Amino acid sequence: MNRRGFLAFQQDSVRRDSAATPRAGQGAVGTLFNPDVAGRPRTPTLESDNDVVVRNTELKLGCTCGCTLDVFTCRTTDFTCTYSPALHREAVALFAQGKTSEQVIAAFVDKYGEKILMAPKPEGFNIAGYVVPGAAILAVGGIVAWIIRRRVRLTERHAADQQPSDTPAAQTGTNAELERLERELAEMEK
Amino acid sequence: MTLLGNFALWAALLFGIWGAVLAFSNRWHGRPDVALSVTRSVYAVFAALVVASVALWKGIIAHDFNIEYVWAYTSRNLPAGYLFSAFWAGQKGSLLFWAVVLSLFAALAQAMTPRRYAALMPYVAGVTSSVTVFFVAVMLFSGANPFERLPFTPADGRGLNPQLQNPGMMIHPPMLYLGYISITIPFAFAMAALLSRKLDTGWIHAMRRWMLVSWLFLSIGITLGMWWAYVELGWGGYWAWDPVENASLLPWLTMTAFLHSVMIQEKRGMLKRWNLSLVVGTFLLSIFGTFITRSGVIASVHSFTQSNVGYYFLAFLFLIAVVSYTLLYTRWPLLEADVELESMVSREAAFLFNNLLFVGIAFSVLWGTLFPILSEAVRGTKITVGPPFFNKVNIPLGLLLLVLTGIGPLIAWRKASVQNLQRQFAFPVGVGAVVAALLAALGVRELAPLMTWGLAGFVSGTITQEFWRGTRARIRMHGETIAVALAHLVGRNRRRYGGYIVHLGMLVYFVAFAGMAFKVQREATLKPGESVELKSPFGHTYTFTHVGISQFKQFNRYVSAATIEVARDGVPDGRIVSEKRQHFTVNELGTEEASFEPSTEVGIRSGLQEDIYIVFAGAVNGTEEAVYRFNINPLVWWVWAGGFILAFGGLITMWPGGGTMAASRRNAQAGYGVELATAGVEPQ
Repeated sequence: MNRRGFLAFQQDSVRRDSAATPRAGQGAVGTLFNPDVAGRPRTPTLESDNDVVVRNTELKLGCTCGCTLDVFTCRTTDFTCTYSPALHREAVALFAQGKTSEQVIAAFVDKYGEKILMAPKPEGFNIAGYVVPGAAILAVGGIVAWIIRRRVRLTERHAADQQPSDTPAAQTGTNAELERLERELAEMEK
Repeated sequence: MTLLGNFALWAALLFGIWGAVLAFSNRWHGRPDVALSVTRSVYAVFAALVVASVALWKGIIAHDFNIEYVWAYTSRNLPAGYLFSAFWAGQKGSLLFWAVVLSLFAALAQAMTPRRYAALMPYVAGVTSSVTVFFVAVMLFSGANPFERLPFTPADGRGLNPQLQNPGMMIHPPMLYLGYISITIPFAFAMAALLSRKLDTGWIHAMRRWMLVSWLFLSIGITLGMWWAYVELGWGGYWAWDPVENASLLPWLTMTAFLHSVMIQEKRGMLKRWNLSLVVGTFLLSIFGTFITRSGVIASVHSFTQSNVGYYFLAFLFLIAVVSYTLLYTRWPLLEADVELESMVSREAAFLFNNLLFVGIAFSVLWGTLFPILSEAVRGTKITVGPPFFNKVNIPLGLLLLVLTGIGPLIAWRKASVQNLQRQFAFPVGVGAVVAALLAALGVRELAPLMTWGLAGFVSGTITQEFWRGTRARIRMHGETIAVALAHLVGRNRRRYGGYIVHLGMLVYFVAFAGMAFKVQREATLKPGESVELKSPFGHTYTFTHVGISQFKQFNRYVSAATIEVARDGVPDGRIVSEKRQHFTVNELGTEEASFEPSTEVGIRSGLQEDIYIVFAGAVNGTEEAVYRFNINPLVWWVWAGGFILAFGGLITMWPGGGTMAASRRNAQAGYGVELATAGVEPQ
């Protein structure tokens, strides 16, 4: 930012504000007083910028600037990034050649490597990425269920074995004891 | 100030070492004076760190740019509120913030824990002091000292990153920090229980509220983080599965698992080992999150500047993991369950599977976060693991969790009968089916949202049924009005009904998250007076007319404000402004210099149905012809509502009184679980 621009802006800011904000419907295109402070200059939006196929493709491709965003999100969010607009133009050019979304993605992978994909292709070692969490949950869940069933059966068998010789405590407990327990149970259930 | 700050840091270090050594030396057994010295060392560490914090704040407020930290994160024209929050804006300041808050929590834990847990407290002090010492040592010995001086004094500072100049940044990071930091206290109690071999439910009663505090802060912090990302980052969403976002979610998931499974230990004397493992795991994940945020090992928009500080945390993480789990292993035989699980169809089993899912989702998020590193190590190929991956893996797990949220409260403790299941499930399943059928009839065809909303109907049926039955019982028993009965029901069973309110908050979250599947967006370039139309998922037609761009100076920035007139279904609906901001600082010559890249302020109009979200992308050729991105984001308001409900429910659950803690304490002291099993009494 040059010094002169800022100083000039400060001196004339009141004049600028009173100078005129165009009203809706007039269609006049005024010039900004200080374009330097209005972000990077933009080019007008093209039809391809809103094309759903292009957008959905870009959502699967990562920006190479290191922002961790996909190309679509980066180019419509980080207006200081110069990488995502270039990648967008590249994608649009590939679509203009008649390529499908898959072919465009493949072309990007060929050029930039697998890192360009927002999610790794489910093939080879990458399958582990997708499968391991679910498989681990299923495996642990299965083991837990098996242990529970086994223990439940053991407990039931033990109880059945004990039945003839041991009178259940519930029957030997005094009414007062049982009342106390029930009271505590009710309290516990709160 | 730097001298005082450095002195205070050294004092905190020495007091902390003294407290930790004394606590772990066990010399305090039978020596009240030594035990008192351990406690006082905790207070002394807190006092020293308060002095250090005041010294840093003084430096910030006085614009002492000779202090490197003050120069790096503030400037003379930085608004006062952000001078305050600059304390935790950078790596070094946030370490001091962490240390001082941890010492505060440690002191509160010592002061507020009832005397009956006195046998645990020196160990608790030892653990909290050790962790505090680690943080202070990182500041003093790893080049992260916030009082480091520059060899000269610059005329002005570099200023604060514009994205951090947002009111959300004044509360979101402290809330997250409070959540992360307070996890240390439950961890300290768990370690104290293991060290002292007092492994009954006493330590759980002593720390459960701390865990709730931690959970509450973390929940609020995560929600505020989503809000900040939504209003400040400008990409139109609130959750991007960024590594740092994931790092905050991990301890939240394990903590939530613990808050469920601890009930089984309190009521049935089961899952003792599991609960201890969860507490230790949660603490480790909080340190892991700190490592991710501060090491730069994984790219993230939220990270601090890359530095070697992260590797101190990695070493600390391994050390804590080895010590904790070794200790747990040595106490393994003491942690036998009092009773066995009696049925697969019981609330205990439902909680067990709920825990499995929480921990499974945590593992899945951790796995996805670390998979790029793993892939590079195994294949030598760099890959990206972004939102498409996390959504694919986690949405099914999230839906399963939602199912269990509805099922858990419906199943009886110990063993549920078929009649019990029929009676309990009829209404919630009916509600879920009706909601799903209605939405399908209305044209919702996307599977994931349809399932989410159908299951949300099921969970809401469960919650409604629980509240209704409880209220109806009170009305019958006490002749109260509905409002009074409801208030008494919640007030006297805070833990249970507060928990249901938390479930309601989660349900609202899920409903809102699913809404984003229907968001609409488009870019447009408009000259003043030109319009663009967008049809919303709720069927409204919005007309956006570009009014113009005005430029003005405000505080420490130049603003280019683009104004849009909005009409909904042809009816004027006010104006929305989105801005480009160019911040500046003043150099040695007294002239203004741009600091940082231009930032964007999104224009948002939030509504119950949908948000209008407008981003001014920039001007064409220096004219008032503006490039915009227009978004219609459905149900976003409900994300914040869900967060509020969740926090409200959490507050009710942890609010003192209500009787349940006292009851559960009695149960624990009476060896309740064992007595139950031998008496053969069937719970209701």
